[in-house]
Amino acid sequence: MNYHITHRTLYDYAAPVSVSHHVARLEPRVSGAQTCDRFSLQIFPEPALRKTRTDYFGNQLCFFAIQEIHSKLEIITSSCVTVSPKTSSANESTAPWETVAGMFRDPVSPEVIEPYQFVFDSPHIRASLELAEYARESFAADTPLLAGARDLTRRIFEDFKFDPRATNVATPLEEVWEKRRGVCQDFAHLGIACLRSLGLPARYVSGYLRTRPPEGKPRLVGVDASHAWLSAFCPGTGWVDFDPTNNVQPAEEHIIVAYGRDYGDVSPVAGILTGGGAHEVKVSVDVEPLE
Amino acid sequence: MSDAGDIKGRRNQPPMTQSQSQSATGDTGFAKKAKLESLLSGYQRAADAFDELLAADNKVLPHYAMLMGELESFGPTELSRRTDACQRFVHEHGITYNVYGDPRGMERPWQLDPVPFVIAPEEWHALETGLIQRATLLNQILADCYGAQELIRSRWLSPALVFGQPDFLRPCHGIHVPGDTCLHFYAADLSRSPDGRWWVVSDRTQIPTGAGYALANRLVTSRILPEPFRDNHVHRLAGFFLAVKNSLARLSPRQAERARIVMLTPGPHNETYFEQAYLARYLGYMLVEGQDLTVRDNHVFLKTLSGLERVDVILRRVDDDFCDPLELRNDSILGVPGLVEAVRAGNVVMANALGSGLVQSPAFMSFLPGLCRHLLGEELKLPSVATWWCGQKAAREHVLKNLDRLVVKPAFRTHLNIADAERDELRKRIEFDPDLFVAQERVGHSTAPVWQKDTLTPQPVSLRAFLVADGKGGYCVMPGGLARVSPDSGGKFISMQTGGSSKDTWIPSATPVEELTLLHGSGQNVELRRTGNNLPSRLADNFFWLGRYSERADATSRLLRSALLRFNPERTGGALPLLSPLLQTLEMQGQLPGISKKPELWSNAEVFEAELLAAIFNPEREGGLRQTAAHLQRLAMLVRDRTSNDMWRVLSQIDDRLATPRPKQVMLAGDAVGILNQTLLGLAAFHGLARENMTRAQAWRFLDMGLRIERALYLGTLLDATLHSPDAENPSLLEAVLEVVDCSITFRSRYNLLPTVPAVFDLVLLDDKNPRSILFQIKQLVKHFDKLPKERGDTASPGKTILANSLARLERSDARELASASNNWRESELAATIRDTLSALPQLSDAIAASYFAHSAISRTGREGMR
Repeated sequence: MNYHITHRTLYDYAAPVSVSHHVARLEPRVSGAQTCDRFSLQIFPEPALRKTRTDYFGNQLCFFAIQEIHSKLEIITSSCVTVSPKTSSANESTAPWETVAGMFRDPVSPEVIEPYQFVFDSPHIRASLELAEYARESFAADTPLLAGARDLTRRIFEDFKFDPRATNVATPLEEVWEKRRGVCQDFAHLGIACLRSLGLPARYVSGYLRTRPPEGKPRLVGVDASHAWLSAFCPGTGWVDFDPTNNVQPAEEHIIVAYGRDYGDVSPVAGILTGGGAHEVKVSVDVEPLE
Repeated sequence: MSDAGDIKGRRNQPPMTQSQSQSATGDTGFAKKAKLESLLSGYQRAADAFDELLAADNKVLPHYAMLMGELESFGPTELSRRTDACQRFVHEHGITYNVYGDPRGMERPWQLDPVPFVIAPEEWHALETGLIQRATLLNQILADCYGAQELIRSRWLSPALVFGQPDFLRPCHGIHVPGDTCLHFYAADLSRSPDGRWWVVSDRTQIPTGAGYALANRLVTSRILPEPFRDNHVHRLAGFFLAVKNSLARLSPRQAERARIVMLTPGPHNETYFEQAYLARYLGYMLVEGQDLTVRDNHVFLKTLSGLERVDVILRRVDDDFCDPLELRNDSILGVPGLVEAVRAGNVVMANALGSGLVQSPAFMSFLPGLCRHLLGEELKLPSVATWWCGQKAAREHVLKNLDRLVVKPAFRTHLNIADAERDELRKRIEFDPDLFVAQERVGHSTAPVWQKDTLTPQPVSLRAFLVADGKGGYCVMPGGLARVSPDSGGKFISMQTGGSSKDTWIPSATPVEELTLLHGSGQNVELRRTGNNLPSRLADNFFWLGRYSERADATSRLLRSALLRFNPERTGGALPLLSPLLQTLEMQGQLPGISKKPELWSNAEVFEAELLAAIFNPEREGGLRQTAAHLQRLAMLVRDRTSNDMWRVLSQIDDRLATPRPKQVMLAGDAVGILNQTLLGLAAFHGLARENMTRAQAWRFLDMGLRIERALYLGTLLDATLHSPDAENPSLLEAVLEVVDCSITFRSRYNLLPTVPAVFDLVLLDDKNPRSILFQIKQLVKHFDKLPKERGDTASPGKTILANSLARLERSDARELASASNNWRESELAATIRDTLSALPQLSDAIAASYFAHSAISRTGREGMR
């Protein structure tokens, strides 16, 4: 499936900004089932300095600095992405989760050092006995890893209510857990925390979701904004994605931009300004399927 | 799995071999045996610890012999006298330590025991070799973790130790550091087990603090014990600090030009702020906060009044994750946005490198022997206290079996609080998340003689040793270090935070040692410089307010003194003297809030006097003298690296004097006048020091501008209140005004008459030869403004316009006109002139702030949420 994605972010500052520094992670990743055929990033006003590099997790990162006085900042990306359908993984035939967790207990084989990085607590995600207990309902003894992850995805979808007013980007996971409400970022964090509480590697994925027209099928949540879900590591198969916000296992309608340990590693645009005061952000995302 | 992380079942405390201590009656080998006995008569070697002073047979060890002989010849009385001198030095040099979480913990005096800790040269040499090896090893581990990560791949290092650690800063991975040196500064805490072996108790790789305190200890100790210091040929510390300077200078990306090296501080509330200011001054670096720096074009600059100045090397005292709110901790307010990218581009060098806190984790200790063999091909020379990291199965089992005996600690810098955890709770947590825990053998400490209550007693001691990279791949060790003493003889943990004391550390030499100083570069041509115009704008702000508060304290003291002198109830027999303009001025300035609205006070002299005393001493009174003095002290601390010790001392004394608690003691007006007199003398000393000892650079200019604005404000307020008083023409009121503004003598010598309104106002408002007239202040301000750095554009600055208007207005006023004015003073042209001047002054202050002190608050763009 081919997509043309446009992502606009507009900051409107209450007070003039004299200097600002930003990092943006907006370029879709090239991964097994996804290629990025074209990508452009436009920034207004024109930055005095702009550098693209690959970050620790292999994401494309653009660092830029604006040194002229400005009161608006606009960032527009345009990308063409091809997503190949993923072979529907046979969740039921994957290794029992205990076997996988056992692989990530010291000493760990050098072959799985890359996924091993995603077993540990990260700034926004802390494993806990309570979360392990919750996760255990999906992971009875000898449950195949991906079957368990799929079931966990379903339970988060059913047990937690999508509510954009309940949380913001800074809401800690503990609060999401108590309120049983949140948005995709919270549900991804929750799913990751559950898997890590069982000693399983899980990572955070940021990206976009194809918008389905309303008629016929129910409209998928997560339209017109960046989206987030999670990925679990399955030996032999690799990373397999799960979207607890929509209770699906992404096939070819999720476009991956970046991944990391949690939201903090992949936030699409972050900046520190001198001046600025309060500000408004307008974000619009358009995911257009190309036939 | 190789033996890299193999757990040593080693015990760090072999069976005690020393015999029980005996009373010090053995032959000490000293001629003056009787006196030595009196110094050491209470000195009982502990049975279960190594003693630094006495051998097992209770003989003084050879390396202490000369020192003890000399202390003995001083005798207890002289030693006590020198101890007093020691405390005085500490106080006068303002050597302090801040204690977190204690509102009175700021500026706690540093504790220093006069008796130095002596280490035998041969023993020191072995320690030195071990420390250099350890620093080299830790640096190589860091370089690998932030680079190729070969140690992880080849399993010499457990991956969890790196990946699971919050101090592994991923954005810093792959950053090239000059000379592959991440660890420019390293410190190790050492302690000695009963068998006399040294052990490393902790590694300091993030921000190794304490070298400045070691230097301060040396300064004081060498001055109170000059004879022993000389006779022992103690190795000097200056060579180490010279190595620090050379090492940092070599890091500069701009080698052709003079490198600018700054020390980045978290600010005055940090526990070791004194040390930072002290070291910065000693090394000749500017002490800056994050807000003093800015990144432009991927280079770091210092924001000064004259513009941006490039920074090449940052000696940081800010934790690495706080250094850049953009790429590291988002909630940091101590850092510089864009710094990591500037470091990545090689345009600025951090010392220590960002991310170096990683190997400070005690969990690394259990891997060091294997890593040392692997990386350096040698055995680890200086052992760590036996450590088990629970991330490994065998270690975990050992720890769980020996929970009662071992000290369990968080392996990483985390949120974990396990201090009070029950054993079962601890066991559960270790089993759930073993990576987060280490366990260590309990630390033994040796004991060293401490002078306490006129006798020497053995107390637990530990040593922090300091190293600096020499820039050529090696390390240089400070010959000495910071010895710390536990407050109680059974102390297990030694920390200045919990009230320990410290000692200078002496490494004696058989022959005279080389004397070095940082001040003269031998044979170097000194580049002559006369500018002082690179003042960071934050400091300009502080100097400005230092000037304002010092003058406010002066004015307040003068007003209160004159009021109290006139307010003696016995003299006036209860009738209120004519001083309402003075009181109104104090009311306007905030010392006597709402006094004019409390008529009941005016009829009760005693209550009124209490009110005046409260304006001086009550620490709760906003704007009271006590609070003003506290503000002064605070501001003095903020500019401490830019002012002389004398200025600091004078302001400290003012604050001390007012703050001395006088519980329940009846304070008489006379006593208060005495204290006000002393305060005024202290302020005069401060202003004298400022005028005679500060170069006419920007710091002085801003200090003086603050002073002038404040003085003009209070003079204006007093004159205004006087004109509005029904007794404006009463000579005794005018005399009081002249007294407050210190013009009585001048007036008498000029007129030899009772004061009249025109004569007094000519002197205090319009006489530009009188340093206490308003016109004088305005003219001084005009001069200052001409010397300030120009703002962008040619337009006259707002401050300059305000000043020009005020000056013109005052110069238009004619003294003769004043004299012919009617008796309706409050409607007069004179009153209008004063009013206008009064309203212009706050605008002027604001204009200066807007032009020069804009620290430009930082904000964050909301990290865009995901739906």
